Amino acid sequence: MESSAFKSIKDLPKVEYFSAGHRLCQGCPEGIIARLVTKVLGPNVIVVSPTGCLEVSTSVYPETAWKVPWIHVAFENAAAVASGVEAGIRALRRKGIKFVGEKVHVVVLAGDGGTADIGLQALSGALERGHDFVYICMDNEAYMNTGIQRSGTTPFKAWTTTTPVGAKWRGKLQLKKDVVSIAAAHRIPYVAVASISHPLDFANKVKKAAEMEGPAYIHVLAPCPTGWRFDPSKTVEVARLGVLTGMWILYEVEVGKFRVTVPVPRRRPVRDYLRIQGRFSHLTDEEIAEIQKYVDEEVERVNKVVGYEAIGPLTK
Amino acid sequence: MFLSTNYAVAYAVKSCDVDVVTAYPITPQTTVVEKISEFVADGELDAEFIPIESEHSALSAVIGASAVGARVFTATASQGLALMHEILFIASTMRLPVVMSIANRSLNMPLNIHCDYQDMMASRDCGWVQIYVSSAQEAHDTVIQAYRLAERSEILVPVCVCYDGFVLSHTYEPVEVRERNEVLKFLPRVERPNVLDPRKPITMGVMALPDYAYEFKYQLVDALTRVPRALEEVDKEYERTFGVGYGLYEEYKAEDAEVLLITMGAIASTAKIAIDEVRKAGIKAGLFRPRLYRPIPAELWREKFERAKMLAIVDRTISFGAIGGPLFTDIASLFANEAERPLMMNFIVGLGGRDVTVKDLVEIVRTSHKALEKGRVERPCVYYGVRGVEYGE
Repeated sequence: MESSAFKSIKDLPKVEYFSAGHRLCQGCPEGIIARLVTKVLGPNVIVVSPTGCLEVSTSVYPETAWKVPWIHVAFENAAAVASGVEAGIRALRRKGIKFVGEKVHVVVLAGDGGTADIGLQALSGALERGHDFVYICMDNEAYMNTGIQRSGTTPFKAWTTTTPVGAKWRGKLQLKKDVVSIAAAHRIPYVAVASISHPLDFANKVKKAAEMEGPAYIHVLAPCPTGWRFDPSKTVEVARLGVLTGMWILYEVEVGKFRVTVPVPRRRPVRDYLRIQGRFSHLTDEEIAEIQKYVDEEVERVNKVVGYEAIGPLTK
Repeated sequence: MFLSTNYAVAYAVKSCDVDVVTAYPITPQTTVVEKISEFVADGELDAEFIPIESEHSALSAVIGASAVGARVFTATASQGLALMHEILFIASTMRLPVVMSIANRSLNMPLNIHCDYQDMMASRDCGWVQIYVSSAQEAHDTVIQAYRLAERSEILVPVCVCYDGFVLSHTYEPVEVRERNEVLKFLPRVERPNVLDPRKPITMGVMALPDYAYEFKYQLVDALTRVPRALEEVDKEYERTFGVGYGLYEEYKAEDAEVLLITMGAIASTAKIAIDEVRKAGIKAGLFRPRLYRPIPAELWREKFERAKMLAIVDRTISFGAIGGPLFTDIASLFANEAERPLMMNFIVGLGGRDVTVKDLVEIVRTSHKALEKGRVERPCVYYGVRGVEYGE
C-alpha cells in the first residue's frame, strides 16, 4: 500500500481479493464494500466478520469468497475477536515467532446489528483499549440477514418487519442511533463516514484508517435493495441521494479534527431520497417535512462544527 | 513456593510462555488475572495482556489470538463462564488449543460466590476437555499438561482446568513451581497448519448447511475419543520430566471396596479421611476421583466401577429436572447394556459452598452401605443436608 491518496478510481489495484460468485443478493452494497476494502488494504490483511449477511453469503462450506485470511466467530464479538487477532500478531512478532517485519492489517467488516446493538459493548471495549485495527460498519439500517428487523440504526419512521406501519405505529418510533459519535467519543485517532456512491472518498478513508496507529472506525452507508425496497440496479443511486440530500454527510474526524470530505454545495430535498424507497412509501408530506427538519438541524450542526457551509442550502 | 491455587495457575501460565492473556475478573478467579498482569507488568512474562470488558469478549479474543497461532490463556468462574457459554462451543468446534482455568462457583440465583460445580456442569456438553483437580500443585501441573494436550496435532481441542472456588482457589499450600526452561522443553512450539496467515489465506468459522454441518461436529467427537490416551501419554511424559504424574483418575483403597465413593475435586481429599474412618467401622469402602471428566474414559470407568457392589456418587451440582446429578447419570449410562451392575446412589452436596465435612462423607458411605445390605435403593438421588428434607434409606 502506498502512502499517497488515490487520485482516481483507476489508481485502485486491479487485483481482486474478494471473488465474484458469492451469495449476496443482487445489488447488495456489501459486495462492493468488501471488494473495495480488500483492494485498498491488499493481501497483508486479516478480515474479521461477525454473523450477518456478508458472513453467511461468503463462507458457505465448501466454498469461500475470501482470498485473504478471514474469520467469523459469533454475532456480538467481532471487535473482541479482532482485539485477539491484533494482540496475537503483536505478541508473536515481538517474540520473533511469526509476522516478523510484516505489517498485517486487521479489519472488521460488520453490519449495523453487530456494531450498533449486540456488538456495541465489544466495540467500545476494543476502541477504548486502543487496538490497532480498522472497524468498518456497513450500515444497511436493519437486521437484513434475519429478514429486515429494526436495528438501532434504522432511521426514524422507516418500515421494517418489527416496525410495521399500522393504526398506531408509523414505522420506527425512534431516531437513528449515532454510532459514529459514540465511536468518536472514545477519542480514537480516526473516525469517518463514507458511502459506496463515493468510492474514491471511501477508499482513501480506508487507506488513512489503516495507516493510522491505533483504532479507526468507518461507518459506510449500505443501501439494501431487499430491505429498503428499491430496484437492485439503483443501489449506488440511492446511496448518492443519501449524500446529496444531507441525510448522509461524508466526514472524518482525524485526531480530533472534524472535516467534511465531500461538501454538498446545493442540497436536494430529503423527499428525493425517501420517495425511491419502499420502506418510506407510507410517509405523508407532513412526516417527510418532519424528517426534513431533523436533517436541516443536523446540517446546521455540522456546518457550525466545520465553520463554513459545507453542506449547502436546500434547492427545490 | 507457598501458593494459592489461583497463583499456582498463574505461575504455570508464566512458565508456559503464553503469548496472549485476557480474562475478566470474577470472584473467586480474580487473583489469577491479577497475578498474571503483575508478571506482564514486571516483564516476567512476555505476553499481550488484554484488559477485556467481559468474559464473552475474553473468550472471543483468545479465539482470535489462537487463530493467528498464539498460545493463549483465559480464566473465569460462575456467571463469567455462563456468559461465555455461546463461545465455548465455538472454540471447540473451531479446534483451537485454548486453555482456561475455572475456579468453580455457584450460579445465580441466589447470588453466591462460593463453590459448587453448577457453572462448568451447565456447560459440560461444550466439547472442551474438562479436568478437575484437587490441589494447587495438581492445578499448576495440569495447566502445563493442558497446553501439551491441546496443542497435539491429533487433538486440537480446548482444555479447561477446574478447581473448587475458595476451597482450592484461595487455599495456600507448598507448590513446586516448574521452571520455565524445563517447561518449554516439555512444551515445544509446534506450528499449527490451520491458522490465519496472509501467506496462506484460509477461511475460518464458516457456515455449513445440512449437507456438511454434521461432519464438522463429528470431527470433534472423533478428536475427543483420542483424548484419554493422549492425556495418559502427556502425563507419563510429564512424570518423566518433573517426577509427578496424575493419570486420568485417582483412587484410594478402591481395590477391594464394596462401597465405592465417587467424587471430584477438593471433596475427594476429605473423602480419604472418611474412607479410613468407615473402614475402621468395618465397611469396605474406597474412593474414586475422576480427574478427566470430559471426555469420559468410559472403558476405564466401567472396569473400575463394576468391581464394587455400591457406587456412592457425589455430585456438587444440581441437574434440575433430571434423575440425578451429572456424574450420576454419566455413570449410570455406563451400565446401560450390562446385566451385572453395582447399585448406585447419588448424593447432591455442597451447593453454594456449603461445607462438606468428613462426617458428611462418612454418613454418605453409611447410608449407601445400608442400602447395599438391604439389596435395593429406594431413593437413588438424595439432596443431602438440605434443611427440612429427609434423607437416607
